[in-house]
Amino acid sequence: MADLKVALVGNPNTGKSTLFNLLTGLNQKIGNFPGITVDKKTGYSKLPSGKTAEIIDLPGTYSLYPKSKDESIVFQVLADKNNASHPDMIVLVADSTNLRRNLLLFSQVADLGIPMLLVLNMADMAKKEGIDIDTDKLAERLGVQVVNISARKGEGLTELKQAIAQTTAIATQNNSISAKDFAPIAIDAIKQKIGTDNDYYALQVLHQHEHLAFFTEKEQEEIEAIEIGNGFDTVKLQGEETVARYKHLSKVLTDVVTDTGAEKKFTFTDKLDSILTHKVWGFLIFIFILFFIFNAIFSWSSMPMDMIEGSFAALTEWGHEYLPAGVLTDLLLDGVVAGLGGIVIFIPQIAILFALISILEDTGYMARVTFMMDKIMRKFGLSGKSVVPMIGGIACAVPSIMSARNIESWKDRIITIMVTPLVSCSARLPVYTLLISLVVPDEKVLGFFSLQGLTLMAMYLISIIAAVLVALVFKFIIKAKERSYFIMELPVYRMPRWKNVLYTMYEKSKTFVIEAGKVIIAISIILWVMSTYGPSSRFEAIDKKYNTIEATSTDTVQLASLERDRSAEKLENSYAGIIGKTIEPVIKPLGYDWKIGIALITSFAAREAFVGTMATIYSVEGSDDEAVGEMRLRDKIAAAKDPETGLPIFTFAAAFSLMLFYAFAMQCMSTVAIVYRETKSWKWPIIQLVYMTVMAYVAALIAYQFLSP
Amino acid sequence: MTLSELNPGQKGTIVSFTDPEMAVKLMEMGCLPGEEVEVERCAPLGDPIAIRVAGYQLCLRKTEAAVIIIQ
Repeated sequence: MADLKVALVGNPNTGKSTLFNLLTGLNQKIGNFPGITVDKKTGYSKLPSGKTAEIIDLPGTYSLYPKSKDESIVFQVLADKNNASHPDMIVLVADSTNLRRNLLLFSQVADLGIPMLLVLNMADMAKKEGIDIDTDKLAERLGVQVVNISARKGEGLTELKQAIAQTTAIATQNNSISAKDFAPIAIDAIKQKIGTDNDYYALQVLHQHEHLAFFTEKEQEEIEAIEIGNGFDTVKLQGEETVARYKHLSKVLTDVVTDTGAEKKFTFTDKLDSILTHKVWGFLIFIFILFFIFNAIFSWSSMPMDMIEGSFAALTEWGHEYLPAGVLTDLLLDGVVAGLGGIVIFIPQIAILFALISILEDTGYMARVTFMMDKIMRKFGLSGKSVVPMIGGIACAVPSIMSARNIESWKDRIITIMVTPLVSCSARLPVYTLLISLVVPDEKVLGFFSLQGLTLMAMYLISIIAAVLVALVFKFIIKAKERSYFIMELPVYRMPRWKNVLYTMYEKSKTFVIEAGKVIIAISIILWVMSTYGPSSRFEAIDKKYNTIEATSTDTVQLASLERDRSAEKLENSYAGIIGKTIEPVIKPLGYDWKIGIALITSFAAREAFVGTMATIYSVEGSDDEAVGEMRLRDKIAAAKDPETGLPIFTFAAAFSLMLFYAFAMQCMSTVAIVYRETKSWKWPIIQLVYMTVMAYVAALIAYQFLSP
Repeated sequence: MTLSELNPGQKGTIVSFTDPEMAVKLMEMGCLPGEEVEVERCAPLGDPIAIRVAGYQLCLRKTEAAVIIIQ
């Protein structure tokens, strides 16, 4: 339990998160603000006094008047004294190189009357740019302690902790503007109504009471009545207040800030920008960076992924050998461990994607990508900020959907989340390669391009085109909740903070394993049960049949093959098999039989289950040599024939129909889970599941009916 | 005239805003009446634009720049 709750408040790009990481180390957790659908980052820090402070990182904002859902948290937490996150004191983090704008938020927060102190971050950088700040004078004029730090270099931390410990329980900040002048009668009425003696708090309540859940419906109506009765014009008054605050700040900062060379800060950034946002070079460099990310996600992750796969396989093998044989062991190994392996295998890709994205963000390049792509993306109902999640979708939709959180506009963000899973992710790759190798001849086009490779590329292109078109549809369906702004700071280019990169990697991987993991394990267990068990009468009959045959055979090779046949027949009669047979009439028009039906069902949890399921169904013995194993599977599948017509099942038409189905269908429980987590409602994952399934079915149906002779 | 009519490299001084809601947001980010603003560059496709104001760089869409009246 902490002795003191400290909230970090500040503008975006002030190094607030870096400071948070410095103060708390890895001793942090992500939770929810009670009743609010935004992540809350908290951690603990030891103070020199021996006390422990709980540090709460509030979303970055330019003002207490929120422009996005994230920003509205700041006032909600600061206003509600009963909120579990309501701080005992506030640390306001300001960028020393741009003090006036940063102090606007300071002066608003200060007027709420909560004890606080001011941190001037990037003090070293300000000095380099010729900005000199008289901190003693500033502290005197504001009435709070002012601490210089450099979060990037980790300087000033001891002084900050000391200052936190020294902050008095009673607010000391000086008055800034006279809040009462803006709406004297209304403010008096509110003060009486809600029992506060703080003018500015009363004014904020008039502005923002709709966001404050702790008022009862009756109170809300009464506040609304006071607003209307006094002709309270919220937009006009916000403007007037902002002007008044800047006027006050000009006085505060006179003789405090001496700026001798502010222009210097931009020379390097300007030079880089003239190349990085150039008409031609800008896009070429962007494409090159994308290619690099795409390539890194595949090539850097292949070794750790193989190792993870190998260790899980070894663990399962070891378990089967040494644990007492039985249902519980099977459930543990083939259900839980297999499910766990399916999650852990994604960690390398998630970690790499997030490391690269956080480097691009930290350096300031991401803001430029957004700047360059906004016009194109806007045509499709997306924003410049949608580019990153959609590109990441080529690796894996899960981390990409998490990264869509950077999009402030609710509508843009929802559309991005809705279409990102359409982009062909790495889990579709094994499905594509297996099917392409079955039906596309291994030939060269123009003596150079491999026909199979071109087909694979076409699948990726189709998926990106589909994502963009679906976004266009959503653009007309979804109503915007708030006005979409694109007013954004273009930060100066800087070296990435490597520690932040590591924290991001760690944090995102952890969130993924815990959040998505719960769902995946549950589904894996259900699937295991369904494909292992069936109606007992059928299973007994199968066992009896094979027991009789095996009793007469002595040949070990034949015995092994009989065992495989037995498990294949059991799978056919398991609950999963029965469901596969049940849905056969529905998938017949797409060109699939009941065996593919089982694969479709098992793929619901994760599409990469397709190859594994096909292998089990076609009872292919696992081989150490992957190429041989896959050859056999391919041969078996190619040889599979429809028992009624005697024609091959995997025709060109059926294979393409199946590829399109896998391209569009939402066969990924992790994505469903993460969309639920990110939108905090079941509405969006369900809409997504339905539209993607319908799209997959229709596309597969058209492809099969059109291509089949 | 409005900020959206300036070409890269041109400067102006902010006079007022035509959209009060946008005005609050712009002022909070440092675009105050009386402040000098310079159009730094346009995005490769002509929109949005990057401006320099109050010691830092902002980017905004042309429709948003059109609410800023300058001298």
